[in-house]
Amino acid sequence: MTTLEFKDVTKRYRIRGTGDFLALDKVNFTLTSGKTIALVGQSGSGKSTIAKILTQLERATSGEVLLDGVAIPRRGRALRKYRQQVRMVFQDPFASLNPYHTIRHHIERPLLLDKVVPKDQVEDEVFRLLERVRLEPNDVIDRRPHELSGGQRQRVAIARALASRPSLLIADEPVSMLDVSIRLGVLNLLADLQRENNLGVLYITHDLATARHFSDEIMVLNHGVVVERGNADDVILNPQNAYTRQLRDASPNPDKHFAAPGTTSPRS
Amino acid sequence: MTQPETAVIAAVDTAPRPPRKQNFATKFGQAFSMFRNGKSIAGLCILGFFVLVAIFGDLLAPYGPLDKDFTALRQGPSATHWLGTTHMGEDVLSQLIYGTRGVLVVGFAAGIIATLIAVIIGVTAGYIGGWKSEGLSAVTNVFLVIPALPLMIIVASQYENPSLLLIAGVLALTGWAWGSRVLRAQTMSLRNRDFVQAARANGEPLYRIIAVEMLPNLIAIIASSFVGTVTAAVLGLTTLAFIGVIPITNLNWGTILFWAQQNGAFPDFWWWYVPAGLCIALLGMALSLINFGIDEYVNPRLRSAGERAREMRKKGIKVSSSVTAVRTAPPSGSDPGSGGASAPKHASPAADADAVTPVTPPAPASPDDTTAR
Repeated sequence: MTTLEFKDVTKRYRIRGTGDFLALDKVNFTLTSGKTIALVGQSGSGKSTIAKILTQLERATSGEVLLDGVAIPRRGRALRKYRQQVRMVFQDPFASLNPYHTIRHHIERPLLLDKVVPKDQVEDEVFRLLERVRLEPNDVIDRRPHELSGGQRQRVAIARALASRPSLLIADEPVSMLDVSIRLGVLNLLADLQRENNLGVLYITHDLATARHFSDEIMVLNHGVVVERGNADDVILNPQNAYTRQLRDASPNPDKHFAAPGTTSPRS
Repeated sequence: MTQPETAVIAAVDTAPRPPRKQNFATKFGQAFSMFRNGKSIAGLCILGFFVLVAIFGDLLAPYGPLDKDFTALRQGPSATHWLGTTHMGEDVLSQLIYGTRGVLVVGFAAGIIATLIAVIIGVTAGYIGGWKSEGLSAVTNVFLVIPALPLMIIVASQYENPSLLLIAGVLALTGWAWGSRVLRAQTMSLRNRDFVQAARANGEPLYRIIAVEMLPNLIAIIASSFVGTVTAAVLGLTTLAFIGVIPITNLNWGTILFWAQQNGAFPDFWWWYVPAGLCIALLGMALSLINFGIDEYVNPRLRSAGERAREMRKKGIKVSSSVTAVRTAPPSGSDPGSGGASAPKHASPAADADAVTPVTPPAPASPDDTTAR
């Protein structure tokens, strides 16, 4: 059981000339393994900043991030150990894989870095991981990212994130860059993997419908402040905060916009 | 849902696996794949020719470069002197052949030194950011505006007989800045790309991020900056020799032009100056061709687009009128996945349904199992 705790985390970006930009203002939440929290909010609300702090691509200006009660180490082996526990799937599968390297390289690296398995078993582990994300290893292993479709790439990115056997996974809009037709496949895969590995997932998204469907809890972020949080169904069906209501009403709802029920919404 | 999937995995597991390790040859081939296109190969052939001439100059040259044949002064091409002779009776062909070595040694030495400086300064400046980056950028800008030729004239005139390496060094010192600027810009854009961020989030050490994740994506730019510097160095050397800054003992194509000009070869004694000029032009062309080839390679997506264009030309489809074709055959209604998952195919509007429909993949078992191509 792993617990990740955000305690009064504030992030301020220094911007030359125009002063500071407050991206996160005293954000608190707890992510435990086996649970999924959806983080919703409009662009610029600080969702990705949370992801960056969790992966330590950025450091919090103040506040604490605790993994099982221990603050994120600053550097060295301890930081690597933290990173092995918390992995991230990036938004854009076209950008998050190095175009120069083969799929094998992408999945092998975390295995070698964190010494997940002995060296002579790395090969088999790569195959196993690719199979777990429902890819045909023999087909894809020696290909380069540009030879794969968006959905396949995102699966590779998921396999890479799982390679170090993390207990927490951050999924930063994992399907927003994918074709509508394959989104569900990737989301279902994530949900399956979460169940199989008892992962704690922070699902960052715009999409309230999938947020409700795939997560236990929804957290609404607006201008760096958590304005509402709670059980997924409650937040969507019975929003307490005006901003949440706005968000909910902004998402397309065929029943509301079209008088005749059964008419397809223009976005489907 | 879990039950059938485990069954699938078990089935896959028993499938035979092909040999997995890439052997050395394929890796070696991949490193040079940027040169695997018509333009680059043509350029490399010409360059290879000059390199061979430079290496085996002693064997190829019919005479010594300064051997004087006083029976044939300013003679046109003949059986004994294929490219004629100079006013001193020296064989022009032999001078050209011996001169190749000086040109190539200086060109490549300058290119290597300049590229090393450019990579170290450019990539560092691009990756670190902040005031250090600005400082390095300022230094680069200073070197960018240093006028190369006057500086070289000053340096060369300080020495009685400047060695080839010294000349190459000066040429490199004035020639690295451009490559460095380009590399800095490209590194800055790479640094914020997701795959570099992903490597950082995975805990890759800094040297691996730069050397393994970023440098391969810069290789084409490094190679093209190298080729560009070599071209500039070759032109710089011949210019210096032509204006007489480099002493005559340093035989190269520029020296030949210098002597030809000094002795009034233009326009009557064409065999004296035309071959040397042609050699410079030919070498420059070879290097440019290599550069064009690298340009074509730079973007892997462009590369495959090129391959696709070739395929389309074979099929008789005009590539220039590129319009994204819409599938002319209606998709089978029961298959929601194939419409979105099938890759959009580029073809001309003139292309009939026949050219487009065959590439549409059959309805896949899982909607996103089709590849992008």
